[in-house]
Amino acid sequence: MSKTVTALNGARFADGIADVAELPMQGMITLRGDLGMAALKKAVKSNTSLVVPDQGQVAQNDAYTVAWMSPDEVLILCPYAEVQAIIAKLDKALIRAHALAVDVSDARAMFQVAGVHARAVMAKLAPVDVSERGFQPGMFRRTRLAQAAAAFWVADADTFHIICFRSQGQYMFDLLCVAAQKGSEVGRF
Amino acid sequence: MLILTCPCCGQTGEESEFHAGGEAHLTRFGPGSSDDDFEGYMFMRQNPKGVHFERWRHVYGCGKWFHAARCTMTLEVFGTYPAQTLEPPQDLRDEISAKRPGWSWGAVS
Amino acid sequence: MSTRLATQGRLVNRDKAVRFSFNSAPMTGFEGDTLASALLANDQMLVGRSFKYHRPRGIVAAGPEEPNALVNLGVEGKFEPNQRATTTELFEGLLATSQNHWPSLEFDVGAINAKLARFMPAGFYYKMFIHPRPLWKHVYEPFIRQAAGLGQAPKGRDWDTYEHLYAFCDVLVVGGGIAGLQAAKSAAQSGAQVLVLEQTAHWGGRAPVDGGTVDGKPVDKFVEELVSELSDTPNVTLRPRTMGAGVYDHGYVLGYERLTDHAPGMDGPRHRLWRIRAGHIITATGAIERPLSFAGNDIPGVMLAASVRDYAINYGVSAGDRTIVVTNNDDAYRTALALKNVGLEVPAILDARVLPVDSPLMADAKAAGIRVMMGHGIAKVQGSKRVTGVAVCSQAGEGATVEEIACDVVAMSGGWSPVVHLWSHCGGKLLWDTDWAMFRPDVDKAPLGADGSPFVSPAGSANGHFGLTEILGDAHAMGRAAARAIGFTPKKTNAPDGSCLDEAPMAPVWLMPQGAGRDLRGKAWLDYQNDVKVSDVQLAAQEGFESVEHAKRYTTLGMATDQGKLSNINGLAILSDALNQPIPQTGTTTFRPPYTPISMGAIGGEARGEVFQPIRRTPMHDWHDANGADWEPVGHWRRPYAYLRDGESVHDAVMRETKNVRENLGLLDASTLGKLIVKGPDAGRFLDMLYTNMMSTLKPGKCRYGLMCGENGFLIDDGVVARIDDNTFLCHTTTGGAERIHAHMEEWLQTEWWDWQVYVANVTEQYAQVAVVGPKARQALEALGGMDVSRDALGFMEWADGTLGGFDVRAYRISFSGELSYEIAVRASEGQAFWDALMKVGADLGVMPYGTEALHILRAEKGFIMIGDETDGTVIPQDLGLHWALSKKKDDYLGKRAHLRSHMADPARWKLVGLETTDGSTLPDGAYAVAEGTNANGQRNMQGRVTSSYHSPNLNKGIAMGLVLHGPDRMGEVLEFPGTDGTTYKARIVSPVFYDPDGEKQNV
Repeated sequence: MSKTVTALNGARFADGIADVAELPMQGMITLRGDLGMAALKKAVKSNTSLVVPDQGQVAQNDAYTVAWMSPDEVLILCPYAEVQAIIAKLDKALIRAHALAVDVSDARAMFQVAGVHARAVMAKLAPVDVSERGFQPGMFRRTRLAQAAAAFWVADADTFHIICFRSQGQYMFDLLCVAAQKGSEVGRF
Repeated sequence: MLILTCPCCGQTGEESEFHAGGEAHLTRFGPGSSDDDFEGYMFMRQNPKGVHFERWRHVYGCGKWFHAARCTMTLEVFGTYPAQTLEPPQDLRDEISAKRPGWSWGAVS
Repeated sequence: MSTRLATQGRLVNRDKAVRFSFNSAPMTGFEGDTLASALLANDQMLVGRSFKYHRPRGIVAAGPEEPNALVNLGVEGKFEPNQRATTTELFEGLLATSQNHWPSLEFDVGAINAKLARFMPAGFYYKMFIHPRPLWKHVYEPFIRQAAGLGQAPKGRDWDTYEHLYAFCDVLVVGGGIAGLQAAKSAAQSGAQVLVLEQTAHWGGRAPVDGGTVDGKPVDKFVEELVSELSDTPNVTLRPRTMGAGVYDHGYVLGYERLTDHAPGMDGPRHRLWRIRAGHIITATGAIERPLSFAGNDIPGVMLAASVRDYAINYGVSAGDRTIVVTNNDDAYRTALALKNVGLEVPAILDARVLPVDSPLMADAKAAGIRVMMGHGIAKVQGSKRVTGVAVCSQAGEGATVEEIACDVVAMSGGWSPVVHLWSHCGGKLLWDTDWAMFRPDVDKAPLGADGSPFVSPAGSANGHFGLTEILGDAHAMGRAAARAIGFTPKKTNAPDGSCLDEAPMAPVWLMPQGAGRDLRGKAWLDYQNDVKVSDVQLAAQEGFESVEHAKRYTTLGMATDQGKLSNINGLAILSDALNQPIPQTGTTTFRPPYTPISMGAIGGEARGEVFQPIRRTPMHDWHDANGADWEPVGHWRRPYAYLRDGESVHDAVMRETKNVRENLGLLDASTLGKLIVKGPDAGRFLDMLYTNMMSTLKPGKCRYGLMCGENGFLIDDGVVARIDDNTFLCHTTTGGAERIHAHMEEWLQTEWWDWQVYVANVTEQYAQVAVVGPKARQALEALGGMDVSRDALGFMEWADGTLGGFDVRAYRISFSGELSYEIAVRASEGQAFWDALMKVGADLGVMPYGTEALHILRAEKGFIMIGDETDGTVIPQDLGLHWALSKKKDDYLGKRAHLRSHMADPARWKLVGLETTDGSTLPDGAYAVAEGTNANGQRNMQGRVTSSYHSPNLNKGIAMGLVLHGPDRMGEVLEFPGTDGTTYKARIVSPVFYDPDGEKQNV
């Protein structure tokens, strides 16, 4: 039964200055706890092969992404099908600690903005220096895009990944399409 | 529009990423307190022309509350520090006293 | 006549004709023209009428300071009023019409106002409103309404798109004249990222028109090379057609980029608003020439001297055949020479000064055969819709005519004022420069940034420097200093060596002639757009409006769309003279952004249409939309108010849905309710502080309804709390309350009880939640199959995890309707599939989706309160009879102390009751119950108000809740509620529980 759908069922806009696309269902786990705690670091490492990133950073490999959300929170991105298993393992590993692991996969929408003008599109919406000087791969930023809360990072050259609330997925997509409209190149990034 | 640096996540952002939360370092008065103490806690606020300590939340960022020392006249931000404290850090107080001769914490904040 | 010259025109392409129209008359210009230069080339000097007296108005200037040449541009979705012809680039098919006249530009009835001028002095509007009411209501106001406004407001929807852009740089240079370009170069040599904004499409500013040499090359060549060099410098960005609109706190600058105004057919947004954060800002914004105040200085054909020169050299346009130059400084001589150079006549230069020796420019003029009349000025200009000549007088006298000279243009120059607007926006102070009779930036009193150090520097003529050498030297120094100020090391280089003719000192002239009598002063205009004359400012001073800010508002000087770019300094000089005080003592009015008006579209940016607001949609949003949802905004959420069937009214749909829930089966999309996970060893203790009732005693598997108050005691939220395990709770909040209550929890955890071990996570959107409600609710879930939902397995106020119809669910047995009711949470991504499954199994059970209004009626029938209806930020639990939810066992909870305050404990607080009209009609929501007598203001006393009111289809009568003085003690009493429709409603005080008072239906 194909009952699982993303907020926009994979919407895409490719007629502008950048390629805007909703990404498929992505496993996401909010993990709150003392990020310096050995048990937590170990649990993240054993489940994702990634080290808990430093403040403002994101760690990535082919299957997983771990993003620093706040001094006591990371966001773990994993294949959607693995979420429950990873949460169970985190719960077990942190049973004696004060920590919280919770599934937020369905609470989010995720987008990709790709192409040579991707930075310009982001710069129209985020009050953040997204020039190559100001924002490099490995950095993770929670901020707003226009009027909606969002987080983004550079997934690879010229490609940004954006996470927002699922309920604002349509708004986010429409926003990115407006910002990527034909003829709106900025010529500064 | 101000720029503030969140001491909790290290990001420097424009004011629109933050939410102002009024005067910092209030002492809570709960059940058992006098009417005057409760009134002071609930309603009385400093409104200085000059150095002011205020609460901010990095609402679009890490979500954390922090404190900022700011001049209400020039909008200079002397510094920001985490909210889990009862008083501003001493080094920040010294720095402000140096920039605003005559000012000291607790006199007229 | 104004016309196109055979020569000159460095900015126009004579090979490319451009067709446009003005007031429906077809005209032709060249590529590179502004609308103003093209109009002049077509002999269209008269372009509008003034605001108050409808005086004929011609083009005065060639740049953004233009007060007169405002036109309506475009039609329908491209229509925009009040566009300055001088800053509008000409394009093929441009449609312009003039403003503020009726019936035509040439013949205007409103010009009668000018004849009444002596009855419309300064402060006319203020004075008028003192008169008795009938006069202003029936005479003045209609008159003003007719006259008010310049252009028309657009009627259609704007066809264009707009956007914002956040940009960051180390040094921002505002202005792309030679000062800005040089400052940019000098700053960039340090490695700093430099952004340069230029409002026009051209670089170099006035310098190529004014001439001179730099490093031995003609200045235009120097500009060309410098622009080319900067274009190739990787750390420099040059943005033409982008105006620095405003400077704000902490290095924030708005830039206004006009992307397609000059080529409306192009793809992309029309304007882009740059939201720039700069480490340091250099305002190289140039200077604006001042008019002179002489009688008739507003007659079309009287222009700024440098602008006359601009039209000739930049656009190859002659403003007229015979030009009289009138000046108090040397610069205007350049105009005389430029005109002479293209073969136009300059009968005389009237120079108000008396100089002992000729300056080089003066000598050049005389050598070119131009008659120079020292110590002379204009007594009055002759002509009405066009200058026909001037009466020359001695500047020192009272205006006796010594000679009349025929001419069709008067090129005037009263000196130059640095453009200090951007310097001043954020608090930069000014000082009065006596030599040049102008305000210039006081560089020791610059605006201060986030770190308390100066963040703006002026450069070039914006800093009060004139002459190529001084301008370039200042720009070079300011560019280097700016880089150094933000931690870069500038290169040790020298400023380029500029050279131009030395100028003799100017002499301030605020009135011409200096002894002008009342008649002449009454025709000497200061503010062309708002019709403010020398005599008006003098009258304001005489009537006691001594503060420059008061005089401005009383006379309206500088309050038009040009914000007094030409009139301010002259106006305050006249005011100072009238007050007999020096100009710096009078001071300036406040400079406020934007520098020139920017479009509303640019301010709004992308936020229009579909993305005007961040609308939030539940996983079933599209289904609701396809099934007749009448949408109701709840915060940013959109919830179905009711589902309309074909031909059904909203009211009928609500009635149908409400009945069906009680009789069969209803489905409500409850996904919007907030869901917060609260976990940790101190979670119970924490929730005990947040809720007024006890939560720590709740058993896992159970639910409890809780109330939340703020520290001030007033209700802020309510909802059902479910205990998941010993350490974990799930708190439901109201729709739209999730972020607010999450923030509330984090605030207390982070700022007061930071040693408590509690984590909160907002999982609102992880779940789609469906309320399955009605006597057939259990049948429906059983039809889906899966977990046991029987009374014994899942009792009232219990929850359980399981599966239903193959979906992983969490089922809560809770009810906001008094019916048998389950709320089922599934993963959001499966929400639509689960909804579909419920609709399918419900088909045989009479299932209907229901909206928020049915929800409201159902809860009101049961007397359940709604946050936001029964509460409004002034209501405490005790007002609502919710004493049972206020724990007496707890020492403390938020709001407990506040509830002890005398006003909160007052027995006279209005209390919740039910209200039932005596005739079954529905009370108006919000209506007040009147009491005997009147209050101190003579208003009728009140004793209560309606908080919720509905027609109940199940009880077939109007039901309401309200807060009433001593209400619970007055059961059966009938109150009167006057409606706004003139009817007085009568309602009896009853119990707020109208339906199933014993709660038998929900407990089956």
